[in-house]
Amino acid sequence: MIQFQYVKPSKSKAAIDTVAKDQSAVFIAGGTNLVDLMKRGVMNPEKLVDINKLPLRKIERENGNVRIGALALNGAVAEDKLVLEKHPLLAQALNAGASAQLRNMATVGGNMMQRVRCPYFYDTAMPCNKREPGTGCGALEGYNRMHAIFGHSDKCIAVNPSDMNVALVALDAVVLVSGPKGDRKIPFAEFHRLPGDTPQIHTNLQQGELIMAVDVPENPYTKNVNYLKVRDRNSYAFALVSVAAALDLDGSTIKSARLAMGGVAHKPWRLNEAEQFLAGKPATEATFLQAAQIAMRGAKAFEHNKFKLTLGPNTIVQALKNASGVA
Amino acid sequence: MSSDKFPEKNLPEEENGPQHSDARRTFLKQSSLLTALALAPSAAIKAAELKFEEKVAAVFEQVKVTLGINGKKHKLSIEPRATLLDLLREQMHLTGTKKGCDYGQCGACTVHVDGQRVLSCLTLAAMVDGKEVTTIEGLANGDKLHPMQEAFIKHDGFQCGYCTPGQIMSAVACVREGHADSDEEIREYMSGNICRCGAYPNIVNAIKEVKNGGQRV
Ligand SMILES: Cc1cc2nc3c(=O)[nH]c(=O)nc-3n(C[C@H](O)[C@H](O)[C@H](O)COP(=O)(O)OP(=O)(O)OC[C@H]3O[C@@H](n4cnc5c(N)ncnc54)[C@H](O)[C@@H]3O)c2cc1C
Ligand code: SF4
Ligand code: FES
Ligand code: FES
Repeated sequence: MIQFQYVKPSKSKAAIDTVAKDQSAVFIAGGTNLVDLMKRGVMNPEKLVDINKLPLRKIERENGNVRIGALALNGAVAEDKLVLEKHPLLAQALNAGASAQLRNMATVGGNMMQRVRCPYFYDTAMPCNKREPGTGCGALEGYNRMHAIFGHSDKCIAVNPSDMNVALVALDAVVLVSGPKGDRKIPFAEFHRLPGDTPQIHTNLQQGELIMAVDVPENPYTKNVNYLKVRDRNSYAFALVSVAAALDLDGSTIKSARLAMGGVAHKPWRLNEAEQFLAGKPATEATFLQAAQIAMRGAKAFEHNKFKLTLGPNTIVQALKNASGVA
Repeated sequence: MSSDKFPEKNLPEEENGPQHSDARRTFLKQSSLLTALALAPSAAIKAAELKFEEKVAAVFEQVKVTLGINGKKHKLSIEPRATLLDLLREQMHLTGTKKGCDYGQCGACTVHVDGQRVLSCLTLAAMVDGKEVTTIEGLANGDKLHPMQEAFIKHDGFQCGYCTPGQIMSAVACVREGHADSDEEIREYMSGNICRCGAYPNIVNAIKEVKNGGQRV
């Protein structure tokens, strides 16, 4: 790890100004992603702005939303009464991530911002367009078992590794951001990016912009929900494929649905067309199979991740079954 | 490095301990400053451009922290990049906390910060300013082992023992959090602690015994 300066401001304006005017400065929250990347020399910031003094830890009701502060810990959010009551899908997704120790450190803002887990990104001896633009994508022709099947480009095929993000995109969350030019709100689906020609640009957050909170709007998805994560071992591993499924049921008819996938794209992958298909249909396995087929349209796999073309739809069907209680 | 930098062999017996470690610490400090210079070329070059002395001092400044470790308050001056794990092991000589992977993947470095289990290898020491840290050394009550330590011994919850301090710190938290109600739940909430010897079934049994024994943990 290179040397760096460490500051811990107590006002968000000071934190924002410091990072806004210094390209080599970054915020640090839980540190579980940043410290790891700094130890490996993947990220080499010269100044760390510790935001833990800022009052951004609250979880509260706000205008029909559950507002979750950017510094709320993943573990605390997953066990919060209000979250469990209003957005159990989010709690399930958070509990599926990392380990109890990491969830006690990781924050909501940091989780949103966590970098890809592509092994070529982590290994500074390897080519990677995301770490070093123009060096090529090591994974494209390399070991790409964990990589994307949707929305990739020939510059980068990595996936967003977060579980929380999959639930938040399904629940139409909104990110509250404060920056050098003022405050703005970013719909969750527009927060993360596809790699395109600029995989080095990680999210749509600008230099110096600080995530203050995330709003999860009131919705009817309080009961029939399931976050299903398939991984190489039962716990403490990143998703191969994950599915966030939420249904509003009227008897056995689906009034409306929310569906998103993780482990398949550079951003949490919302499945709008499959959701529209599900609305008004009976909650049966046949319906779920058709929805899964719609969801998988346009998927394109690489040498080592072809299994995701089968695992993907299977996981969708199973998550919808779990959510609806259809055996 | 010439060997005369390491004078411990010539030291009188009684001074061996502290002097040895002080010499080593000074050496580590000097060498890590050199490493820092080597690894931070842009910072150093920038510093050189803008008047060397002041800026290097700013870049390589130490952070003052006050923290409790196992019930004792310490005022320390540390490098911003020191992790809590390295602070505990290298500076405080509390080597019970183990360095397994150093990247958050194994749980060997688990300690409690303000009562919550965290990974000390991914925690910057500067960020625990004002907090209370408990390590495996702080678990026992004098000579009396903590019930979880007793249970690990009774149930053979280890073989080589390398993961054990982390397992025990995590296990105590697992019971305190109320996540030890079934084998399945224990396994899930202990999944952040890897054991290469595969002592898992015995670890689960030890935790169950403590949980069911109803002792204060
Ligand atoms: C071994 C291991 C296993 C893991 N497994 C999983 C898993 O299964 N599922 C999963 O989802 N995650 C997993 N994670 C990742 C973990 O969830 C993230 O590391 C964590 O959520 C990051 O949060 P943090 O607060 O520690 O972020 P930090 O490391 O502090 O920061 C990460 C990034 O976010 C930026 N940032 C932080 N807060 C803000 C803010 N408020 N505004 C703007 N920028 C900000 C920082 O500048 C930095 O670039 C795992 C991590 C490890 C080490
Ligand atoms: S997939 Fe993206 S992160 Fe991985 S090597 Fe290619 S460019 Fe780098
Ligand atoms: S040493 Fe910290 S998790 Fe492995
Ligand atoms: S006892 Fe050897 S690693 Fe767990």
